[in-house]
Amino acid sequence: MYRYVIKRVILAIVTVFVISAITFFTMNAIPGGPFASEKAPSKEVQAVLEARYNLDKPVPEQFVLYLKNFLKGDLGVSLKTGRSISTVIGESFPISAKLGGMAIVLATIVGLVLGSIAALKRNSIVDRLIVFFTTLATAVPSFVLATLLLYVFCIHLGWVPVFSATETHYALPVIALSLYPMAYVTRLTKTSMLDALGQDYVRTANAKGVVAWKVIFKHALRNAVIPVITYVGPMTAYILTGSLVVENIFTIGGLGSKFVSGITNRDYTMIMGTTIFLAALMVTMNLITDIVYKIVDPRIKLD
Amino acid sequence: MEQQEKMPKKNLFSAQIDLAKFEKATEEEKRQQDVMSESTTFFKDGMRKLMKNPLAVMSLIFLTFILIVIIFAPMVVPYSYSQIISVNGVRDKTAKNLAPFEYSENELAYIEEGGKVFPHIMGTDEMCRDYFIRVVYGTRVSLAIGLFASVLVLIIGLLYGSISGYLGGKVDLIMMRIVDIIYSLPDMLIIILLSVVLNETLSSVIEGTIFSKLGVNMIALFIVYGLLYWVSMARLVRGQILTIKNNDYVLAAKATGAKSGRIIRKHIIPNCISVIFISTALQIPSAIFTESYLSFLGLGVQAPMPSLGSLADVARSGLQSYPHKLLFPAIVICLIVLSFNLLGDGLRDAFDPKLKK
Repeated sequence: MYRYVIKRVILAIVTVFVISAITFFTMNAIPGGPFASEKAPSKEVQAVLEARYNLDKPVPEQFVLYLKNFLKGDLGVSLKTGRSISTVIGESFPISAKLGGMAIVLATIVGLVLGSIAALKRNSIVDRLIVFFTTLATAVPSFVLATLLLYVFCIHLGWVPVFSATETHYALPVIALSLYPMAYVTRLTKTSMLDALGQDYVRTANAKGVVAWKVIFKHALRNAVIPVITYVGPMTAYILTGSLVVENIFTIGGLGSKFVSGITNRDYTMIMGTTIFLAALMVTMNLITDIVYKIVDPRIKLD
Repeated sequence: MEQQEKMPKKNLFSAQIDLAKFEKATEEEKRQQDVMSESTTFFKDGMRKLMKNPLAVMSLIFLTFILIVIIFAPMVVPYSYSQIISVNGVRDKTAKNLAPFEYSENELAYIEEGGKVFPHIMGTDEMCRDYFIRVVYGTRVSLAIGLFASVLVLIIGLLYGSISGYLGGKVDLIMMRIVDIIYSLPDMLIIILLSVVLNETLSSVIEGTIFSKLGVNMIALFIVYGLLYWVSMARLVRGQILTIKNNDYVLAAKATGAKSGRIIRKHIIPNCISVIFISTALQIPSAIFTESYLSFLGLGVQAPMPSLGSLADVARSGLQSYPHKLLFPAIVICLIVLSFNLLGDGLRDAFDPKLKK
């Protein structure tokens, strides 16, 4: 077990390192330094600025310096607003985390419930409806859904204000983000639940005269949950990337909208900082899911 | 009757069958018992199963319909995707943001005079361009991207996976470690990042070549696809080859002195081709998704060339007044992705040898 965990942690660190290297070097490959596009400061000012941000040093050395600062939690300053990127992330991440967290919880719970119902009531009308809904949901891109929700509930019906400066309305963005993973979790649960219901231990439990709900929850569902756990990692990745556009559409000032505005403003340090942060987050989530998976299911061989 | 006489006399309490109660089957009746299915090829059998799947058939019909529309509509509709509508040779500035099948003032006047104007099936956009033809071109672009990206993924994944799987040993170990690392990269972030960078760096390189017409973003998208998305295909191919390689018939072929080339051609490829093909088909909707997502972020195809995602993105700003402009591209994306998904599932059920029962 420990060997496996250590191996995975090392792989995760390598991945984050590779990502930061890719981001750093690709960003440096863009012609023109960060101050070239500004209102052309004088040569002296430019030299001072470059020295201030270590830009006069060779690129590999800059990378080492960037990594050192990164480990200290310093990701540089935004080229457009001049604010520290770490502060910006610190402010906007809680909003994104709340949004993403709610979406993950909603997708998992609803998906598990719907999937179990579909498996238990196999080939009934309910099952068909659920299958229809999940097939449909996997074909709608999150940005299309988000825009449609915005149109129907904010503009057409006027139930939710389009934009509010004081409070953030999470309901619509959470639905927009969680629909696809919800459908996926439903499908996963259905297949694994059907598999579990056909197992010998369920038959034994039924034969022993265990109450039906106990068989479902204690024997079938507990085993059916395992494949869903493996999906939590990819689901986080999906929701994080989805939140890039969904936050933008609903004007929520989370990490995603910072990333997108970084792209549209060509704010390279902002793109770099947010990319590395989000990537590290995704890698960590994947690592946690994989380890939890191995702990939950002792049948899986550790290698 | 003769036979019956040969039988020993039946004891009253014996459970022996009384043959007198039975009669012999006629030749015709015997023939009815011969269950001989017509000899069929793997492909024919799969197609027969596919045709029995109503959802897959519907998707196939829909995709064919879309294909016909996007090929022939530009020949029928007298507008182009980047052209401002003109009436009688004069640019029509009144044809802005028309509703579906609505005519502009100038066009109405022209019709009064007896001229013919082709209807705007989906209205017009904010720059007085026919929206239907833009959606048609957008579909063309999105489908083309989906197709090319999948083929790219197939080629790279097939080469990498088969080399890794066939050689095995240390080479395989190192090649798969590389795949592991690329696999754990958050693909969308890297795609966005690379599109931003490639946009800045490539535009000067490709200027003047045919590529510039495609737009930097498209090239960036393909490069990114080529760099990142092949890993799952490579894993799949490697896994297939590893399992097939260990089968007894491969061992038998080797024992009888077959060369590697023959083993690959006759045993390995036919056994894994369907799985790989299906996985490629399922890659198309995911590529269309990615493209529309990037276009939505403003990193997709170069304006004025539309794609379904960029059309949806532009429509967002006028959502309050012209919701239909979002609906048309959105519905097309959803239907295309849905059909590809359903078709892919149908193909898997029909052609995957492991699912055979």
